[in-house]
Amino acid sequence: MGEIVTTGNKGKTVRSDCFVTLELTTSGGIDLKIESKVAVMYGAVIREQALEILDFFGIGHALVKIEDSGALPLVLAARLEAAIKKLVPCEKSWLPPFLPENSYTTEKDRSRFSRLYLPGNTPSLMINAGIHKPNGIILDLEDAVAPDKKDEARFMVRNALRGIDFYGAERMVRINQGVRGLEDLEYIIPHNVNLILLPKCEHPDQVRAVNEKINSILANQSSIVNRQSSIWIMPIIESALGVINAYSIASSAENIVALAIGLEDYTADLGTRRTAEGAESFFARSMVVNAARAAGIQPIDSVFSDVADMEGLRQNVLRSKALGFDGMGCIHPRQIAVIHETFAPTAEEIERAKKIVFAFHKAHEQGLGVVSLGTKMIDPPVVKRALNTINLAIKMNKIAENWRETYEQ
Amino acid sequence: MSNKDVKTAHAPSLPKYDKMVRNAAGRMVPTIINGVPAVPYMGIAKYRPEGFRAAPRLVSCADYPADGNKVVPGLKEALIRSGLKDGMTISTHHHFRNGDLVATQVFDIAHELGIKNLMWYPSASFPCHEPMTKYLEDGTINHIEGSMNGALGRFTSAGKMKGLGVLRSHGGRYQAVQDGEVHIDIAVIAGPTADQFGNCNGVDGPAACGPLGFALADAQYADKVIVVTDHLVPFPCIPWQINGNYVDYVVVLDKIGIPEKIISGTTEITKSPDRLLLAEWSARFCDEAGLIYDGFSFQAGAGGTALSIGIYFSDILRERGWKARFARGGSNKYLVRMLEEGLVEYILDGQTFDLDGVRSMRDNPQHTWTSPFTSYNYHGKGNFSSMVDIVILGATEVDVNFNANVVTHSDGCLLHGIGGWQNTLFGKCVILPIPLFRDRIPVIRDEVTTICGPGELIDVIVTERGIAINPKRTDLIEKMKNSSLPIKTIEELKAEAEKICGVPAKPKFTDEVVAVVKWVDGTVLDSVWRIEE
Repeated sequence: MGEIVTTGNKGKTVRSDCFVTLELTTSGGIDLKIESKVAVMYGAVIREQALEILDFFGIGHALVKIEDSGALPLVLAARLEAAIKKLVPCEKSWLPPFLPENSYTTEKDRSRFSRLYLPGNTPSLMINAGIHKPNGIILDLEDAVAPDKKDEARFMVRNALRGIDFYGAERMVRINQGVRGLEDLEYIIPHNVNLILLPKCEHPDQVRAVNEKINSILANQSSIVNRQSSIWIMPIIESALGVINAYSIASSAENIVALAIGLEDYTADLGTRRTAEGAESFFARSMVVNAARAAGIQPIDSVFSDVADMEGLRQNVLRSKALGFDGMGCIHPRQIAVIHETFAPTAEEIERAKKIVFAFHKAHEQGLGVVSLGTKMIDPPVVKRALNTINLAIKMNKIAENWRETYEQ
Repeated sequence: MSNKDVKTAHAPSLPKYDKMVRNAAGRMVPTIINGVPAVPYMGIAKYRPEGFRAAPRLVSCADYPADGNKVVPGLKEALIRSGLKDGMTISTHHHFRNGDLVATQVFDIAHELGIKNLMWYPSASFPCHEPMTKYLEDGTINHIEGSMNGALGRFTSAGKMKGLGVLRSHGGRYQAVQDGEVHIDIAVIAGPTADQFGNCNGVDGPAACGPLGFALADAQYADKVIVVTDHLVPFPCIPWQINGNYVDYVVVLDKIGIPEKIISGTTEITKSPDRLLLAEWSARFCDEAGLIYDGFSFQAGAGGTALSIGIYFSDILRERGWKARFARGGSNKYLVRMLEEGLVEYILDGQTFDLDGVRSMRDNPQHTWTSPFTSYNYHGKGNFSSMVDIVILGATEVDVNFNANVVTHSDGCLLHGIGGWQNTLFGKCVILPIPLFRDRIPVIRDEVTTICGPGELIDVIVTERGIAINPKRTDLIEKMKNSSLPIKTIEELKAEAEKICGVPAKPKFTDEVVAVVKWVDGTVLDSVWRIEE
């Protein structure tokens, strides 16, 4: 009897996934059993795909069982490859087609109000994530994946980066800490990931190690799909030491675009508990905002974990915005709209900014060095903030790009 | 289909079905069903019935107790006194949904008495009716006309039912009885509160379920009517949703329904973000297309997605200070909340899904019960369904011609009934919010497995990846020209799903028909085929 390995998920609540059981044998060819809830529609193509993948990895004799709850082809492929590689270490990869829609790149200073966490081993949550229009999606290889599922999650995340359309959301992956995290990069860097989240960051060396690994992967591989000139990094500060080192981390590399804070681990590290008011994390949040601003990058707040409490979320976002954060994580698609609405400039903020920006352009056209509104002079930082507000409002379709053409004072 | 053709239709000697023809929907359908001639579907509003309504037998007060006390000791006694015998048609209603304790008991008794070849004529069936499969197997029941859900559907799809199954809408069920297409020998009506005379209602008592409208045709047209209750009150039982004047016998049991199951599972607002998105887009579509106005009307089904649309409607109405003139139920707490907040002026309710709905119907004169006669009967002098502005429904499949299926799945298996779905298609704008694919199964097909609703009555398909408007609705297309919603063609949506899921194979059927789907006018719209082993 050979070793029997399994990958994937099954059970009553599991959807769009499959559970693969594999045992290599020495003779008898491939014995492939398929139990699928979509057998009538897809039984034949599932068999065809499974045999193709087994053949690709040179498996001639094996007992294979696929218990399928409606897995898409890229999910089936990830599960089967992960099972095979548990038994047969192998350099080759069976890659699903890279969707042309997935080749977009992201700007350093794009909006990052919301980034939706997606557990890296749960395909059912990935497939429709993009339709909820978060600014970013995070395929999470770290805390949202059970320790014994972390290897197979790499194949799932890799295939998702290639084959799932996230409809323009920034494609982020949260890697693991330490050596495992650096290994994670091999599975994602070649597949046009836009941004890497670096958990439990306490020191600039961690950023350097990640960048070195990224560069070596990019240099050594020929067949990579990577449209992005620079892969962005968002370190997450989750400890007292990380908070103290926040600025040196934030300023440690050119490709760092944002600094995030993770409050669950941080409060545990402090030996306290997270409260709704957040007094215990006020210092840390302020440090992260200051460090990020000093480094010229975006400060990003922690997640709000009560997914049923939309009013609590709204209050939380208002506090975040007041502290100076540019965005926050979310763990449920319904949080996205609340986060966007609340981070977005209000109608009054936009109206006030319009007045100032209009006056600014008028002064500029008239060659005046000083911007004034009525009899009041407007300070340059106020003008800058107003310009930011207007740019944001345009980006969020709250006002037209050419609003000045129709603007009446 | 005149009354003269109608006999007791399920003697085993009669052919299950015969004389297949292609109907106006392009589907092969039998024109003899369980030995009785049937008219193939001719198109929408093409068929006209002739003759007169069926009439129940004349009776005399002289044969009924002058003191009004019709209580008999037990259901068995009532069935025997009603003359239960081989080949009869026995009807029940489904207001208790999955908490019904009465229908199965009727057939337990029939089985015990050795009765054979009954036709069960429920207004709908539920998982709790799975025990009926053993009576279908042993010949106590010949076949079902009504709905075959879950286990009963699988039993039918496997070709195991002796007679041919007939699927009808709620309105079609009333129409079939009224037109004499189905003659009910014995109607068993579970009444949550009743008096000795047989007056009963569904708004009081331990098994309170709201209205009893699905039992109206049964009361009016059956030869014998038995009211079964577990809450007997002295005459008069007020309100009397079913008149005792129709009733032959009253039976008192310990328990007729399981309250927590009467309140069924699909009555909570969905927590699924994808489905909430469908609801939100559907509501936005209605708003942008100008379908929502002060005094509009809507109907939303019991599914989580449909329920959630009420929340989005509420936001719109509240913001503008508008109200809906009426909403058609299935009611539940969410609709009741709209009524109580003044966002809806009247609820016209066909069935009630929770206790808030029951309470509201009992206490609020602006929450009133309806029946398939008032709401849906196509062979009447009009009905309510065509007056509704917005109708939100579900479907298992839709095809590129907007035809929709609610009874079979893409694997070919019969699993659901039609309910009021077909009837509500006559609303002014019919919107189907459905996921583009479920797991790996695309919802949009070249051709639906079973046609339940002709595409010309279905206006909009809302999916999480885009919204398709029926090309016939040029008015809606024009209104949505500049919408920020993702308006696409149905072919584009189909291609998008198939790109993600692959092209699904079709189920394999034998050449044997196991059931037919009737249209609202009694004509035969489609056949359900036996699944190949």
